[in-house]
Amino acid sequence: MEVGQSFSSPEPDRPLIEVSDLVCHFPVRAGLLRRTVGSIQAVDKISFSVQRGEGLGVVGESGCGKSTMVNALMGLVRPTSGSFRYAGREVFDMSRAETRRWRRDVQMVFQNPFASLDPRMTVRQIVEEPLQVSGLRLAAAERRAQVLRMLEKVGLDARQADRYPHQLSGGQRQRVGIARSLILGPKVLFLDEPVSALDVSVQAQVLNLLDDLRRELGLTFVFIGHDLSVVRYVSERIAVMYLGRIVEIGPREAVFERPQHPYTRALLSAVPRLERTKAGAGERITLAGDPPNPADPPSGCRFRTRCWKASEICSRIDPVLSVGSDPGAHSVACHHPETQ
Amino acid sequence: MTLFQPNSAFEPLLRVDRLSLALGSGPSRTPLLDEVSFDIQSGEVLAVMGESGAGKSMTALAIMGILSPGIRITNGRISYRGEDLLNLSPDRRRGLRGPEMAMVHQDAPTALNPVYSVGWQIAEVFKVHKGMSSADAWRNAVALMMRVGLPNAAARAKDYPHQLSGGMRQRVMIAMAIALEPRLLIADEPTTALDVTVQSQIMQLLVALQEEKRMGMMLVTHDFGVVAENADRVVILYAGRVVESGTPQSILSAAAHPYSRALAACVPRMDEAAQRLPVIPGKPASLADATAGCAFAPRCPLRQQICLHERPPLREVAPGKMAACHFSEEVLADGSRAVVFKP
Repeated sequence: MEVGQSFSSPEPDRPLIEVSDLVCHFPVRAGLLRRTVGSIQAVDKISFSVQRGEGLGVVGESGCGKSTMVNALMGLVRPTSGSFRYAGREVFDMSRAETRRWRRDVQMVFQNPFASLDPRMTVRQIVEEPLQVSGLRLAAAERRAQVLRMLEKVGLDARQADRYPHQLSGGQRQRVGIARSLILGPKVLFLDEPVSALDVSVQAQVLNLLDDLRRELGLTFVFIGHDLSVVRYVSERIAVMYLGRIVEIGPREAVFERPQHPYTRALLSAVPRLERTKAGAGERITLAGDPPNPADPPSGCRFRTRCWKASEICSRIDPVLSVGSDPGAHSVACHHPETQ
Repeated sequence: MTLFQPNSAFEPLLRVDRLSLALGSGPSRTPLLDEVSFDIQSGEVLAVMGESGAGKSMTALAIMGILSPGIRITNGRISYRGEDLLNLSPDRRRGLRGPEMAMVHQDAPTALNPVYSVGWQIAEVFKVHKGMSSADAWRNAVALMMRVGLPNAAARAKDYPHQLSGGMRQRVMIAMAIALEPRLLIADEPTTALDVTVQSQIMQLLVALQEEKRMGMMLVTHDFGVVAENADRVVILYAGRVVESGTPQSILSAAAHPYSRALAACVPRMDEAAQRLPVIPGKPASLADATAGCAFAPRCPLRQQICLHERPPLREVAPGKMAACHFSEEVLADGSRAVVFKP
């Protein structure tokens, strides 16, 4: 493959991203000899696909494995098993050279703009670095011009190029993180809680920016978040995760308005709503307790210990996410789905 | 145990009156809070809202009397049941913390002591304030842990903070705060670090306790949803000043200050189609950057000359609603949610 050329799918209808049976288990070691005594099943047999230009939102509470999943797909964590096909090519089998080319196509925006930028580099250096290491062999002047164009695109001006991260506000820092992820002209962005560290008024600015960039550049998004109203805003499709599994996936309207999994219903009803009042809080499902330990998940359905619909079958048989022939369909992993 | 008799039946539980705080002194003095005033009645939940740096937590710490050294109260009064808190001796002030007013901190992992079991930490409250024996105090601590919904409390009491989940630690914090049945409970972002399903458990617990004991509660938060569902009244702070106060519904549906209006509008909502969010340009200001005029003026779409030179006083702009804006009438007359904030 030539420099600058990118991956192209042989079949135009094929999803850009296909993940199947992704598993990330981490060994638990104990004792003097650090023997492996068990494993934390952070991500357990996750499958999904994302079409070109689509936004997939992944929601779930802390510890559900959403960040581990993205880290595994980005190659930051070694998956235990599974397959990740990008434009039809198996990413986990790629050679180093291929991976380097693939990275130009797939980039990541991290959660915490206070920790993810090198404090000893200026904004210009941070945004320029991917151009230097990607093997594109651009002239210095061209790199500088590209950096300035990109800073302008994300709403920063040239005066900020020579500042250090500590001189910027949280919103500006996240714009720098976005500029760095976009400088190589990627087709896919993985965004791990990109606005959760920001104040409400700044969060709206960054969400609008992401929306604009996505339309303008035709990007495909995988957006991780715990704030359902934020995830809803940037995604056409939603995957709900619980304890290392996807329990429900489908089009945004279907998942938010006709949730089928009890966990999705509980999650949605727990979101504080502006339209509710103290007098009339409306229907509300309160889950008891905390999610179980991922090192020792319940048998059968992982949600059954907190589920008000759990029956005998739930402890015996693990419900499977029924993904049919249509990858965009609404599917749920539950023995007693809500039918409306 | 009653330390104070109210001076008057009409005296609120807590009155914060033109409170100003500053860090340091002399030319390097940085103002943090500027003439903040509000009341809390018994049995009432007052939400104090604002973005980071607005002064929400500073206000809470000043009421509790636990400001960091170096931060001074430069002006104003805080009175509790008619008594001026700022003129009390340190000993009497300390005597109030626990039996009369208590605080649930934002960050339970850092607010709890990692080297003592949680049962010990709750029991300590009873030993210090009520002179109970260790055995009695322990029994009371376990009963209290059950009261706040900790499963298997007798065994859990022996656990150390790191052995509990975030939600359980927050329940321990709440147990410590309500141990002596205070009349005033200050909850500083009690659910910010928690997941939504746990957040809803904790808010329900806090409000149930508050209603049961008819406590006055100051709920510090930045989450409009939490405020809408739990608060009776709201005070919105911007750059260390009160910009608006009123009921949650009046602020969410028709705020009288451009900042509150915009803040409510730029939260993505679950009840309507995803659309472009209205934005407030720039970033939250701090009181240190404030000029002679309105602190919000640099970001305000309605800004006029007067806003840059003359500070708008907090005044009643509609029944039960106070706002600090020269143009509140115009903002109120504009019925739409964010029409003045074209993105």
